[in-house]
Amino acid sequence: MSNTISQRIFDFLKDFPPFNLLGSEDLMTVATKCEVKYLELNELVFNYNDILHPYFYVVKDGAVGLYRNEQLVDHCDEGDIFGIRAILRNDVYRLKASAIEESIIYALPASEFLRIIQDNIDVHKYLATTFASNLAIEGNHPDLIEIKDFNIPNFQKVSYSAPVITCSAAHSVAEAAKLMTVHKVGSVIITNAQNHPLGIITDKDLRSKIATGFFKINEPVTTIMSKPVYTFSAHISALESQMTMLENDISHLCITADGTNKSEVLGIVTAHDLVVINSNNPAVLLKQIKRSNSIEEMAGIRLKLQLIIENYLNSNIPIDFISGMVSSINNNITKRLIELTITNMPEQPPTAFTWLALGSQGREEQLLFTDQDNALIFEDVPKVEYQRVKTYFLEMAQQVNKGLAIVGFEECPAKMMASNAQWCLSLSEWQAQFKNWITQPSEASVMMCTIFFDFKRIYGDEVLEQQLSESIQKSVNQFDIFLNYLGLNALQNPPPLSFFRKFIVEDSGAHHDQFDIKARAMMPLVDAARLLVLEKGVNDPKSTIKRFELLATLEPQNEVLYQSCKEAFKTLLTFRTLEGLKNNDSGRFVNLEFLSKSNRLELKQAFKPIKEIQNVIQIRFKLAQIM
Amino acid sequence: MFKWFQHKEYPDFWKDYQAINKLPLPHSINETTFIVFDTETTGLQPKTDKILSIGAFKVKNKTIFTSEGLELYLQQEHFKRESAPIHGLRKSGNETRLTESDAIQKFLKFIENSVLVAHHVAFDMAMINAALERLNLPKLKNKCIDTAQLFERVIPLNRHPKNLGLDHLANFFGIALHDRHTANGDAYITALIFIKLYTNYIQHNSSRLSDFLKSRKRAGLL
Repeated sequence: MSNTISQRIFDFLKDFPPFNLLGSEDLMTVATKCEVKYLELNELVFNYNDILHPYFYVVKDGAVGLYRNEQLVDHCDEGDIFGIRAILRNDVYRLKASAIEESIIYALPASEFLRIIQDNIDVHKYLATTFASNLAIEGNHPDLIEIKDFNIPNFQKVSYSAPVITCSAAHSVAEAAKLMTVHKVGSVIITNAQNHPLGIITDKDLRSKIATGFFKINEPVTTIMSKPVYTFSAHISALESQMTMLENDISHLCITADGTNKSEVLGIVTAHDLVVINSNNPAVLLKQIKRSNSIEEMAGIRLKLQLIIENYLNSNIPIDFISGMVSSINNNITKRLIELTITNMPEQPPTAFTWLALGSQGREEQLLFTDQDNALIFEDVPKVEYQRVKTYFLEMAQQVNKGLAIVGFEECPAKMMASNAQWCLSLSEWQAQFKNWITQPSEASVMMCTIFFDFKRIYGDEVLEQQLSESIQKSVNQFDIFLNYLGLNALQNPPPLSFFRKFIVEDSGAHHDQFDIKARAMMPLVDAARLLVLEKGVNDPKSTIKRFELLATLEPQNEVLYQSCKEAFKTLLTFRTLEGLKNNDSGRFVNLEFLSKSNRLELKQAFKPIKEIQNVIQIRFKLAQIM
Repeated sequence: MFKWFQHKEYPDFWKDYQAINKLPLPHSINETTFIVFDTETTGLQPKTDKILSIGAFKVKNKTIFTSEGLELYLQQEHFKRESAPIHGLRKSGNETRLTESDAIQKFLKFIENSVLVAHHVAFDMAMINAALERLNLPKLKNKCIDTAQLFERVIPLNRHPKNLGLDHLANFFGIALHDRHTANGDAYITALIFIKLYTNYIQHNSSRLSDFLKSRKRAGLL
C-alpha cells in the first residue's frame, strides 16, 4: 500500500544512486515494500557467513560499519547502500555489518529490486562500478594505488584520421593512385570484403616501386603494397606510435577495431598527425614562451595549456607531473614578462632583485587560472638610494602584474602583489617583516605566514632568496611558540565530514549548500604539510605533495600517514582541477548534488587522513591546552 | 427477560476479532507484534467528536513494517472548521473515504490481538471505543501501551523535557518532525519513539512482555 511514510521513503531514496536511475513508479514499488529498522550502537545487521536476508539496506540516519576480519573496511552513512553485494552474488554475507552509531536503516526487498532493475542498464552499470570502487576502498593498500598509477599510459592518446581511403585487391596501381590524388591523401589501405586490412600503398611505394619503373601502373595493387599493415587499437599513445614508426621506418599506422589485422579498419595515424600533437606538447609551448615577444601571444599559449591539462587529466596522468608541468610554464610566462618589462624600462635594474611567487603558485599547485600572488625582494642599498630603487621596482612590478592579468591571472583582490609597496621590499626589510610575524604571532600575522612562507623564486638573484630563507628559519627556531600558533591555524578547518556522515556544506553566502573543497579539504593538508616541514627545520620543498614525501622519509614511523595524506591531496587537487575545467571557474566550490556516488566515495576516502593528521598536530604541538 | 443476559448477535468481523483476542500473547517483548497508531479527530471529546483518519504501523523486533501499514480516511457528517488547519483534512479531500463502520472493520482486522501503542493512548482508545459504541459493539480488547507513560518509566526525571507532548519527545530523540499532524506521520514518529524507549527499557529490565505491560501506576498499588 502507498501511504505518507512510503512517500517519505520514496523522497529520501530518489536523491541517491542507484534509486535516482529508477522510474518513479518502480521506485514507489520499492518504497512501499520498505521496512524501517532501528539499530542500537554496535547492533549487528548481519554477521560473517550469515545466510542472505531477503533485504538489502540503505542507511537513513546514523552510520553502519562494514567489517572484514574485524577490520573496519567501510563506513556507510546517509544514503549509502550495504548488503547488496551478497545479494548480487547470491551467496552468504562475507562481511559483518554493525551500527557505529545509533541508526535507522531502510530494509529494501531484494527480489523486488532485482526484478525491477533487470532491464535497467544504467543501474547495472552503477552497481558494477560501485562494486568495483568499494573493492578498491576495502583494499586501500598503498600498493593498490601504485598499481593504478603504474597502469596509466605515459602519454596522451593519439588522434587518428578517419574515414580511411581504401580499395580492394582487384584494383590497379593507377586506380589506387587516382583515388589518393582525388582524396588528397598520402596512402590507401587495401582491404578484403570484411574491410580487414591486407596491405598499404603510400606515396613512398609509388616513388620507389612505380616511378623507378620496377613495376607497371596497370599491375594490381597487391604487387606493390606493403604487408602486413602495422595495426593498433585506438588506445595507442602518441609515444607508442612515434616509437613504432621510428623502429620500422614507416610513416603510417592503421587503427583497427581490436588492434589486429583481423578486424575492421577504423582510421590511420600518419607522421603528420604526430607533428600536430607535438605542437601541443608542453615542451613546445615552453619554447614558444621563451621566444615570445608579446603578452597576447603568451595569453594564447597559456590557453592552449588549458587543453593539455584537460587531456592529461583525462588520460590519468599523475597530478604531480601535471602540476609540475603547469607551474614550469606559468613560471616561464612570469619570467618572460619580467624580461620584456626590463627591456621596456628606461634603464636596467639598479640592483639585484628576486621575484617571488607566493601561495599556490609558490607551491606549484596552481593548475587553473587563479589570482596572482607575488612579491619582490631587492638588495639592500644605501639610504639615499632607497627611494629611487624602490620606485623603479614598483614601476616594473606594476607592469608585470598587469601583464599577468592579461595572460589570465587576475590581480589579487587583497593586493598581495609585488606592485604593492608593502610587498616590494629590500632584503633587510623582508627579514624584519618575517621576524615580526614570527615573534609576534597574531591571527592576522599567521594568516600572512601561510601565504608568504610558500614562496618560490621565479626570477632573479638566488642569494637573496637563500638569505631570506635562512633568516626565517633562524627566527622560527628562536621562537618555537610560533609553530604552536601555526598549528592552531592548521586545525582551524575541522575535517569535512562529521563522523563520516554528511559533507559539511557552506550554510550561508553565495555558495550556500556547496562544498568548499579548498578551505575544507585542501587547506588543512597544505597547512599541515607546511607546519610539519617547518618543525623539521626546512622550508623547502614548497609543494604539498613533495613536503609529504619528505616527511615520509624523515619520519619513517609515520610513513603510512604521510603517504595517505599525499595521495589524498593528489585526489583533491585532481578533483578540483577537473571541476574547475568543467565549470570554467576555480573549482573551489563543489555542488554536491552533481557528485556521483563514486566521486563521493573517492572524496570521503581522501578526507580520512585529514582527521588523522590533525590529531598528530594536536598532540605534537600540545594544542589541546591552548584551544 | 433472559434476553438481557444473552450475547447480542455480533457481526462476523467482530467474532473473528474476539476469537483471535482469546489467543495468548508471546512471552518476550521481541516476539510481540505491536501496532503503533494515531487518530486524527475533529476535537478532544470522545463522545461528540469524530475520527477523521487513522494511521497505524506494525512494529516487531525494532523494525517498523511500513509495508504493513494502515492509512484510513473517514467520511464526515459534521465538519469542524477550526480543526482543519491543524491536520489539513478537509471534509472531502482527494483520499478515498470510508464509512465509520468500514474503517472500524479494517482497523480491527489489522490490529488483531497485537499490543496497541499510541501517544496518550487512552484518548485514541476512547475515540475508537466511542465509534464501536455507535456500532453497538463492545470495547477494544487489546492490551495497550502509552508512549508518554513509557517515557516516564524509562527516562530519568531530570532529563525530561518540559512536557511530554509528541513534539518534545521527538526532539528529545532527535527524530525529524516530518508529516506531523497526519495520522500516518504521527504514527510513524510515535513508532520511532516507542522503539527507542523499549530498546532502552530492555537494557535495564527483563524482556518479559507481562512485566512490560504492567503500568507503573498499577504496580504502585500492589
